[in-house]
Amino acid sequence: MSSSADLGRRRILAITTIAVGGAGIATATLPFIKSWNPSVKAQAAAVPVEVNISKLDEGQLIKVMWRGKPIWVVKRSAATLAVLGAHDDKLRDPQSEEPQQPKYAKNPWRSIRPEIFVAVGICTHLGCSPTYQPDNFSDHVDGVTSGFFCPCHGSGFDMAGRVFQGVPAPLNLVVPPHHYLDDGRLVIGTERESS
Amino acid sequence: MKGLVRWLDDRIPMTATYKRHIGQYPAPKNFNIWYLFGSLAILVLFNQLLTGVWLTMSYVPTTDGAFASIEYLMRDVEYGWLLRYMHSTGASAFFVVIYLHMFRGLLYGSYQKPRELLWIFGMLIFVVVMAEAFMGYLLPWGQMSYWGAQVIISLFGAIPVIGDDLTLWIRGDYVVSGATLNRFFALHVIALPLIMVVLIFLHLIALHEVGSNNPDGVEIKKHKDEDGWPLDGIPFHPYYTVKDLVGIAGFLMVFCFFVFFMPEGGGLLLESPNFEAANPMKTPEHISPVWYFTPFYAMLRAVPDKLGGIVVMGMSIALLFVLPWLDRCKVKSVRYRSLGHRINLAQFAISFVALGVLGLLPETTILKWCARVFTVGYFGFFIALWCYSKREPTKPVPERVTFK
Amino acid sequence: MRRLLTLLLCCIPLCGIAADVELQQADIAPDDIAAQQRGFKAFQMHCASCHSTHFQRYQRVADDLALSEAELEQYMFTGAKVNDLIESAMSEEEAARWFGMAPPDLTLVSRVRGDDWVYTFLMSFYQDDKRRFGVNNLLLPYTAMPHVLQHEQGLATANYVEKNGKTVVASLNPPQHGSMTEAEYAAMVKDITAYLSYAADPVQAKREAIGWWVMGYLALFFLLAWWLKKEYWKDVH
Repeated sequence: MSSSADLGRRRILAITTIAVGGAGIATATLPFIKSWNPSVKAQAAAVPVEVNISKLDEGQLIKVMWRGKPIWVVKRSAATLAVLGAHDDKLRDPQSEEPQQPKYAKNPWRSIRPEIFVAVGICTHLGCSPTYQPDNFSDHVDGVTSGFFCPCHGSGFDMAGRVFQGVPAPLNLVVPPHHYLDDGRLVIGTERESS
Repeated sequence: MKGLVRWLDDRIPMTATYKRHIGQYPAPKNFNIWYLFGSLAILVLFNQLLTGVWLTMSYVPTTDGAFASIEYLMRDVEYGWLLRYMHSTGASAFFVVIYLHMFRGLLYGSYQKPRELLWIFGMLIFVVVMAEAFMGYLLPWGQMSYWGAQVIISLFGAIPVIGDDLTLWIRGDYVVSGATLNRFFALHVIALPLIMVVLIFLHLIALHEVGSNNPDGVEIKKHKDEDGWPLDGIPFHPYYTVKDLVGIAGFLMVFCFFVFFMPEGGGLLLESPNFEAANPMKTPEHISPVWYFTPFYAMLRAVPDKLGGIVVMGMSIALLFVLPWLDRCKVKSVRYRSLGHRINLAQFAISFVALGVLGLLPETTILKWCARVFTVGYFGFFIALWCYSKREPTKPVPERVTFK
Repeated sequence: MRRLLTLLLCCIPLCGIAADVELQQADIAPDDIAAQQRGFKAFQMHCASCHSTHFQRYQRVADDLALSEAELEQYMFTGAKVNDLIESAMSEEEAARWFGMAPPDLTLVSRVRGDDWVYTFLMSFYQDDKRRFGVNNLLLPYTAMPHVLQHEQGLATANYVEKNGKTVVASLNPPQHGSMTEAEYAAMVKDITAYLSYAADPVQAKREAIGWWVMGYLALFFLLAWWLKKEYWKDVH
């Protein structure tokens, strides 16, 4: 309108105001975003849990809750451990190359103590909880007696939580951080160093 | 980009709507600071909607869980305290802004022909906001929430014949209870906000149909240039967007001061008894509504009769609705109206504020008589206005807007 | 706007509820973490077995009041974990049997009643043999609470006067036989008050720190917007 207007200055001022205002709005969104993080209450419920395994029988599976997820603790018999290596050719990741377990569980039996297997009981496909089939897993994979079968989409895992080929699940079951306090007491959620 | 805009414009009137309501909406060029509060009301509404949605994410609408869930939000959720204080301070800010916005209407005759419907939509918004605030206040389930709701709902009991059944129906129980809490929650977070947004939309449509009033109360549409653009109009954007930006920044400074440094506002924004969970066995020593209801509450208390008090309170709002027809003066702005009108308007404002203060105080004999005087002042405004406005001696109104 | 703010500020002193007993000034410094920490320890020792503060968690208190984990554990009596809410050791039924009512949760007491009230309450116990625990309280007559700090403060006796045909307490004598001096006791009560003041509004310090940044930012934005508006409005004026 008026010819006296300094359009250059006006432009710079407008851009500065928009930039400063925009930065303010962006900062103001932070509380809204951060409020979606797990609250102290949720974190409090996520503390490590201690499990007494002294009364666990061979072949028995117990479930404990850690961070709201089912954690399996299974005591595997010597016979089960002996056949673990027998079906490597049917597995996607027999050597546990994918980082689905802590370093100390990257071994053929995917655990600290060979007989005790600890895993998050959540299928790596879409999050259902597979069923433990100690005797009749061979219905799903020929020649493998026991394993875990996911009822949602038919994924199968062996007794070390390793996923079979030809099923939708892409990865082995997750082994959570854990350590032993003594013979009969297992702690899920922390490693020895940080405890 | 241009292609996308054209593609959209062929399907919805995007650019046309922007031009009509923002880019080329002719706003009178003599708006003063009183014309800021409409924009601020929209800003506060936005704040309430956004923080409200976020509060809902942590809130538990049960009698056992409500109070604890607010403390959970304030302590365990990251920045939950900020969201809550923004919402609680925002509620009061909403009323500050709305009251000033309404008073602007009184000052410059913004309710007069042809803006009667605009004013009525505004009044409807005011009523819905009051209901919204009242129901929201129950949700923290503190002592004041509980007993405030108890008292206000009991007011309906004064209505002849149906009163008792009506209060029972509103509460859904024999006292304020979980049933009441649940229905208030539903109304507060869904139903009333929806109605409010629709009414605000209508308010704006009505405003843009008749055009904005201004401090001189002259119609800028009377004098147009050859293109049909009002000579005293300037496009809303950029002139009033940048001007409102200054006002918004100033408002936010006051608002944030309260949020960060005085979230309780000395007991006006959050009342201290409300930090105690509701206890149906014990009434707090002194209960009063939140400050924005106290002018009406003071009128209620001033009348020594249950039904009479409620009639007076209802009338105090109802009269505002019919204000466009009570004021029969042809001149809008207080600038060109008689001294008598100025005095009448001033005493009305003083009465309203004084009633607000009185409503906060515990009742004594002297204060009760004060409240009666100011109640007469409040109603006197309307009666006097109707009497003198038809033959009011006014000053000559200029043809074009002025700057003062 | 200015008028309204002035009005608001004028109302504030009027909102306080006039009590019969004049409140003593607690004079709490909101940033005195050492006092709050001492207060937490005293509260846990003397109050926490009956009174919960169950809107806050041990860990948060330890973090805010600079307590080490080892120190914190000395003041956790209920077998709770560090992330748990601070519950009292006594169940509600048990408490109701002992005192006739469940002792209230005290997390928010200073926000409901004010710091001065908390301070004055703990200073206002006196001997009254007609009461169940042999004590009464000037500020909260007929309180169900025994004088838990009697060992420390000793017990004050009251001077009575006749007023309108009723016997009322005129004043309290200095307490006798306490293990603490009057000054030591007042200091401890002040620490407890400081802690309860913190507990009622634990975010205050952080809130105000953020507040200064926000105000600074808004001032800058206000100036920019003002300048921009002036620039554009050259067209109109």
